Amino acid sequence: MLKNTSLPRLAERLRHFPARPGTKIMEVCGTHTVAIRRCGIQRLLPETMKLVSGPGCPVCVTPDSFIDEAVALARQGVVITSFGDMLRVPGSRSSLEKERAAGADIRAVYSPLDALRIAAESGWETVFLAVGFETTAPGIAAAAMKALETKLGNFSLLTALRLVPPALKALIAVDTGLSGFLLPGHVSAVIGKQAYDFLLDRQLPGVISGFGAEDIISSLLLLLEMHNKDIYKIVNNYPAAVRDSGNEKSRAILSKVFEPVDAEWRGLGSIPASGLDLRPAYAGLDSRRRFVIKKETAPPRKGCRCGDVLRGLIDPPACPLFNKACRPDQPLGPCMVSAEGSCSAWVTYG
Amino acid sequence: MCLAVPMKVVEIKGDMAVVESAGLRREVGIMLLASIRLNDWVLIHAGFAISKLTKKQARETLAIFAEGQFFA
Repeated sequence: MLKNTSLPRLAERLRHFPARPGTKIMEVCGTHTVAIRRCGIQRLLPETMKLVSGPGCPVCVTPDSFIDEAVALARQGVVITSFGDMLRVPGSRSSLEKERAAGADIRAVYSPLDALRIAAESGWETVFLAVGFETTAPGIAAAAMKALETKLGNFSLLTALRLVPPALKALIAVDTGLSGFLLPGHVSAVIGKQAYDFLLDRQLPGVISGFGAEDIISSLLLLLEMHNKDIYKIVNNYPAAVRDSGNEKSRAILSKVFEPVDAEWRGLGSIPASGLDLRPAYAGLDSRRRFVIKKETAPPRKGCRCGDVLRGLIDPPACPLFNKACRPDQPLGPCMVSAEGSCSAWVTYG
Repeated sequence: MCLAVPMKVVEIKGDMAVVESAGLRREVGIMLLASIRLNDWVLIHAGFAISKLTKKQARETLAIFAEGQFFA
């Protein structure tokens, strides 16, 4: 097996791998996107294959309307707590960073537990922007349970949580010409291997991968091998952190607090049962019920092709704004804002 | 966004634990894992332990960070 093969040998194997012409693999994790470009793995690919990025960065798939809601709440004088990477994302007319510069109380936190602490210590209405995939959602659910247990009356969640498998289902429902998926490591640590069984119905292999160069290259080799031989399996190539059955306790906490709802993805539109919202027992923690949110809207940004980038239809340089009007120092679209966005990774690492 | 870092459990206080890696200490939630003991290695994401690792696995993952193959 590939386990004890050195990195140079793995790299060499990938470079000379006889991939079927037209092979197209999609990576579905922003952390993989960054690692691939940072390690220069895209330069090791055999000419017969293409590697495209999918909707793997929660910040990038969050629609403008969510930022608009957060901006409206900030202007109403509530404390907004959020993971730091949401602050620069542009909404229709503003961003949380701009609102903070204008005097709104917006704080980047490392954990939803920090948001609870801010609510408890300040006594002010505190909203946490619940953004993330299955890796992040259980912790947010645990924080919601704590808020209820401790009867914290001034804490609420503005939810935009998203689930990976429904988005992949929506992607492969239309013919994307994909040959297989490099699957996210830490999302899989929660949802487990069986969550991807639907790929097999479409005769697509998937490999759950870790984040080091060896991990990613060996996972790509496994995918190419399976594709060449018409083998369709989900392989767990990250057993260090991922049990095949995932983390049942995390899933139990998640489904105690949240239920699946239809949700909007940038570039993919509305996808059935692809988001999470608070169950009725937790409705008191829903910012949308607690506040009347009057958000400003605007027509979509002209020229921004983040949506097509997120579906793996185009590489970032095919966007007319790429590295011209939209750059890491003045990003227009979320794929350039987030360090994990494809556009940002292309500019930063080439 | 889904990045997670291996850290070692050095103290347990109910549903929270103090974890340590490379001299950095943090208090994290441990309610997402079925059982955690002192000196266990765990993957930490957004203030919660999300997965257990063996010491060997944790070392390998930390080496990936250290070699600059990846960044936290």
